[in-house]
Amino acid sequence: MPEQRLRKAVGRLAMSLLLLAIPACTASQAASNVVTFYIFNEPGGAFVHAAGVCTQAAQGRYSIRLALLPSNADGQRQQLVRRLAAHDPSIDIMGMDVVWAPEFAEAGWVKPVPDDIKAQVSTGTLAAALQTATWKQTLYAIPFNSNTQLLWYRKDLVPTPPTTWDQMISEAVALHQQGKPGRIEVQGAQYEGLVVWFNSLVASAGGRILDDNGNVAVDDMSRQAADIMHRLATSPAADPSLSNEMEDQNRLAFEAGNAAFELNYPFVYPSAQKNAPAIAKNMAWAPWPAVTATGTSHVTIGGINLGISAFSRHPDQAFEAATCLRNTGNQRYAAIKGGLPPTIEALYADPALRPSYPFADTILETLRNASIRPSTPAYTNVSLEIQSALSPPSHIDPPKVPTVLSKRLQDAIESRGLVP
Amino acid sequence: MASATETLRPASTPAPRHATRRAKAERRLAYWLCAPAVVVMLAVTAYPILYAVWLSLRRADLRFPAQSAFVGLANYATVLRSGLWWQAVANTLIITIVSVALELVFGMVIALVMHRALIGKTAVRTAVLIPYGIITVVAAFSWRFAWTPNLGYLPSWLHLTGDPLTSHASSLAIIILAEVWKTTPFMSLLLLAGLALVSNDLLEAARIDGAGAWQRFTNVILPVMKPAILVAILFRVMDAFRIFDNIFVLTQGSNSTQSVSILGYDQLFVGLNLGIGSAISVLIFLIIAVIGFGFIKGFGAAAPGMDTRR
Repeated sequence: MPEQRLRKAVGRLAMSLLLLAIPACTASQAASNVVTFYIFNEPGGAFVHAAGVCTQAAQGRYSIRLALLPSNADGQRQQLVRRLAAHDPSIDIMGMDVVWAPEFAEAGWVKPVPDDIKAQVSTGTLAAALQTATWKQTLYAIPFNSNTQLLWYRKDLVPTPPTTWDQMISEAVALHQQGKPGRIEVQGAQYEGLVVWFNSLVASAGGRILDDNGNVAVDDMSRQAADIMHRLATSPAADPSLSNEMEDQNRLAFEAGNAAFELNYPFVYPSAQKNAPAIAKNMAWAPWPAVTATGTSHVTIGGINLGISAFSRHPDQAFEAATCLRNTGNQRYAAIKGGLPPTIEALYADPALRPSYPFADTILETLRNASIRPSTPAYTNVSLEIQSALSPPSHIDPPKVPTVLSKRLQDAIESRGLVP
Repeated sequence: MASATETLRPASTPAPRHATRRAKAERRLAYWLCAPAVVVMLAVTAYPILYAVWLSLRRADLRFPAQSAFVGLANYATVLRSGLWWQAVANTLIITIVSVALELVFGMVIALVMHRALIGKTAVRTAVLIPYGIITVVAAFSWRFAWTPNLGYLPSWLHLTGDPLTSHASSLAIIILAEVWKTTPFMSLLLLAGLALVSNDLLEAARIDGAGAWQRFTNVILPVMKPAILVAILFRVMDAFRIFDNIFVLTQGSNSTQSVSILGYDQLFVGLNLGIGSAISVLIFLIIAVIGFGFIKGFGAAAPGMDTRR
């Protein structure tokens, strides 16, 4: 009898130990293997593809799980920073917009890239892309995809593309006076796109918004940039809804045949071929116009960098996974399927990529001359101040811009005052 | 609870010893019974409020954790000196006053209809409540789409040129419209409860004395309903002053259409500036408290659970 009881007790004990072991086992597996990648959903499926390829190549060292973020950059940032501020350990790799690195680095939310990985991801990578991921001489993120704008124009209306803004505006006005479609499509709504436009103009004029130390460096070049914006907005070449236009409204207006010029990202090219073949037939590209007759343009770089969360439970695997996600094969796939310009320079000469990227050389040239947006932990404040100071473009008073902007940006970089 | 036990005992007769002991025990029991609720309230209400007050006195920016420091009332000074704050206060006041006034008028009309409806009383009440039953965010999105040119039907019906959600005045008007459409049913329900207080005898008597329909409304119905009307207005004013979701969906605060709540949200979630954001939250809390206090003391509105003083 006691023997039987003992056997029962041992059986129960074994059973309970087993039950304890099951969740413990799965938990430890999850902790050691699964790397969570927070990124927006790329409709071409490039990120899902890259995650699958890398998981397979890792042979069990890690597996990448995608966690999807909202499609707009503000929504992505808000969701990430809320979790990071709470030290959420479930984030490993983050798809970071190129303007976030200083903010995330200063707050201690991203890990610096270790030297061996830095060496690996720096060779052959666009200098401007690396610059966006750097804060105080330290690399905090790995360049993933890039993006920049070209000048798209109608070669049936404009035989040779203009090389400066002055030229483009006067050609557009002339077309308008002849009763032809002569609008210039550019992002004039009060949002990040307006900052991109202004930054490209200031950089092309030879000026800067903040200097290398993050101090306000607004000067006469800002007046020149603001003057161009104001001149376009008040000329007949402007779209009537300029003050409300973002990239997609520009694309639609160009496809509708109302415009002769469009400053926009390469996604407009395949889109026009699909939606407006008659327009696409005459659609050509050229470098973004310069500000001065002798200068070149320095167009704002966009794109995504990969950062590793400071609260990640397995940063080594995360860095390895991030390095894989941005390798040549995955960047090629993203460029072909998702239209995302690579950060690896050699890819622009890749024969597999060129058929869907006829403008590859112009993009690469633009990215080599690219400018970056102000590098500061308070970028959000800086961006919002620029947006509110320059919106709507038709109400800008160019001579006052340097003084007004200097004062407002000084408040912004000290994160003093209210966010508009 | 404790005071209720005490008042049960006649004050004149001295209580026997054992009764006092019993009263003490009961009081102790009462405290024990209340304790969990008090603890929960302290944890979920008092702690966040006090923490927000504490944060509002500090420089607390999530992006600059190293710079955290006590700054006294500096955050309040920043907010009160900012044009954005006063713009938001002005917007909020306009939205509150106009929408509550319109809701009161329409709510009263609907309440009278519901009160007088001879047939299909239930159907009428249900139909009226539909807007109130729709989730605000969903309703706001349908307003936004309806007002967007080339997408919604309203701009072409009204022969509008341009996008009404891109200018300050028309955006505010649309926000007020969405707010009125959504909460008039709530107002009319509160007023319907007040209408039930007006006895038919009183109305009969007024009619026999020769009062017309308008006179009966202004001289009999309204005075009798006054407590209900004041409570309805108080509820709606406190609600409307905190307006957030309609604006968040319709304009995101662009074209200077922020309410105070939107401004606070932007400081906290976009700017990550907890100090300034908390200062705004505390200011909103104080304004709401003043409004509530003013209504109860000034107009004699009865708070729920209080006896009316008439």
